[in-house]
Amino acid sequence: MKAEEISWVKSPEFGVMDQIFLPAIFTGMVTTLTHMGNTLFSSKDVVTQQFPEQRPNLPANYRGVHRLNRDDEGRVKCVACYMCSTACPAHCIDIVAAPSPWPDREKYPEVFVIDELRCIYCGMCEQACPVDAIELTTLYDLTGHSREEMIFNKEKLLSVFDKTVAMGTDPVRTTHGRLGVASEPASRGVTGSSSMQT
Amino acid sequence: MSLEFSLLITVILISAVLGCLNGGVAYLILVERKISAWVQDRVGPNRAFYGILQPICDGVKLLLKEEMIPKYVDKLFFMIAPAIALITAFMALAVVPFGPTSPSPILVDYRQNSPTYKLAVWPSTQVEYDSVMIADRNHAAENKSVSFEDQVKNYNSHIQFVLAPHVDIGILLVFAIGSLGVYGVILGGWSSNNKYSLLGSLRSSAQLISYEIPLGLSVLGVVLVTGSLNLERIIQHQVDHGWNVLFQPLAMVLFGTSIFAECNRLPFDLPESEQELVGGYHTEYSSMKFALFLFGEYTHMITTSFLMMAVFFGGWHLPFITDPNDFSVFGIALKFAIAAGKTVGFIIFYMLIRWTILRFRFDQLMHLAWKIMLPISLASFTMLVFIIHFKPIGQESIWLMCPVSLAVLLGSGFIGLRISKPSAASTKTKVPYLGHGAGYSVQQDSKIRFESLGR
Repeated sequence: MKAEEISWVKSPEFGVMDQIFLPAIFTGMVTTLTHMGNTLFSSKDVVTQQFPEQRPNLPANYRGVHRLNRDDEGRVKCVACYMCSTACPAHCIDIVAAPSPWPDREKYPEVFVIDELRCIYCGMCEQACPVDAIELTTLYDLTGHSREEMIFNKEKLLSVFDKTVAMGTDPVRTTHGRLGVASEPASRGVTGSSSMQT
Repeated sequence: MSLEFSLLITVILISAVLGCLNGGVAYLILVERKISAWVQDRVGPNRAFYGILQPICDGVKLLLKEEMIPKYVDKLFFMIAPAIALITAFMALAVVPFGPTSPSPILVDYRQNSPTYKLAVWPSTQVEYDSVMIADRNHAAENKSVSFEDQVKNYNSHIQFVLAPHVDIGILLVFAIGSLGVYGVILGGWSSNNKYSLLGSLRSSAQLISYEIPLGLSVLGVVLVTGSLNLERIIQHQVDHGWNVLFQPLAMVLFGTSIFAECNRLPFDLPESEQELVGGYHTEYSSMKFALFLFGEYTHMITTSFLMMAVFFGGWHLPFITDPNDFSVFGIALKFAIAAGKTVGFIIFYMLIRWTILRFRFDQLMHLAWKIMLPISLASFTMLVFIIHFKPIGQESIWLMCPVSLAVLLGSGFIGLRISKPSAASTKTKVPYLGHGAGYSVQQDSKIRFESLGR
């Protein structure tokens, strides 16, 4: 460190009133009482949120429970490319691919399982997905009676999609983010898949 | 003829006080949580019937919780430490007046020529007792005053709202037993076999010993003015002459600060500073044993608030409202309410101070006790002795104590200012700020030292 980089900060001088503490304590007491009075007589400064009754308004990029997106025809969007399970640092995604029954893709996930207890909610699966099929939603109160209940299969993940669509709390990509080329609407699906192949 | 002691009334009073105390402590925890919440712009506990049943929920939870006794603790002391903490806190309450009281009459030996000669020892033989009584009755008849026997009759005719009335070492007993409370803390911390607990209890012992001195010195002035250690007599003196806080405001401030330290309340809560010591001396305690420590602490708080009310704020007395000779049900209820109101006021003050002043560092704590409060209390006590002895402006010279207190306070501020100002030599050598990473300031020219350390 050079000498000119040093900025000298002088602590404020102590006066007699500071030295005998009591006036300072009195001013502190006024602050304390002001806050207490504000809370008691006008509750506008109260920061408490009455949780189970009042729900927080979470931002759309919140990383909560996963969902598996559906395309326009209601099919699962996932193409079983294993990129999410490869990217997953917690190894909580388990996919079994099968030949696709639909002509527009080669594979589809026969089994798609996420262990929600193992997941660290980092959002890397979401980033890795080439077709924007997996997304993290704003649902945060994830509870269950057993560990088995917390292992989400394909149907459950798709139901999370239906639930969040119904609630109108779509994640940020679907609402106003730029979607990947592969997740264009079905009408332009051909160009989308062709651009992927090139 | 002597002062009666009614076992029945005492047992009723003890059970009433202990019952109210336990309920009161449980609700004080709720009040504390509520006030903390309000000060921090929060709502506070509002479940369980708007928070009103919260203490009951807490109590049930603490009773039903699993009792953990770690394997390597000293079991005997580990078990008795919370009990000691609670018992000492309860015992200190024995002599503290919590409602209307009147001082017990003093037997004066009028056989001597000097009428101010007071009997120090109760007459040992019946013959001596009779002669003292006859002299007293004659003196009363001559001076048209109330004889000792009638005074005793009057005194016995109404209930004294103190568990152990006419204890003449009252205030001394409170301090003696109150400071025994540190045994619970030390035993609990030591027997836990845990470094954090031990650190907490060691801090506690050092703190309590340090603050005993300003505590005692600040009350000494009141004792000197009253001429008695008996708390009922101290209250009566204030009823006759005005509250002690008017004469000795500085002593009141010192007393208040010291009892904060004695109760381990926030600016001085080093024994259990949870940010540094996990939980302090009660780290290893769980379930009801932990609750007993908590109870002991809050009981201590109530006792000291009662003491503050009795010693400096006139006990049950409020000018123009209370009549010392009114022993009707309404009068007693009024005095009771006034005493309770003052006490609750102090307790709330305790809780507000908690969110006003930050915790002291340990060296600052010791600095405050030994270098600031001890000299100030000594100076103010010396001034009081001078004023009482020489009476510079006649009979009412005790009022001088008020400006003198202010002068002592300001004087100490000036002296402190002179002392804390750095000398000219030390201000010349500038120390550049190179960060305070590990809690020490690094000087530029200390490179050599660092190199020699191999860093």
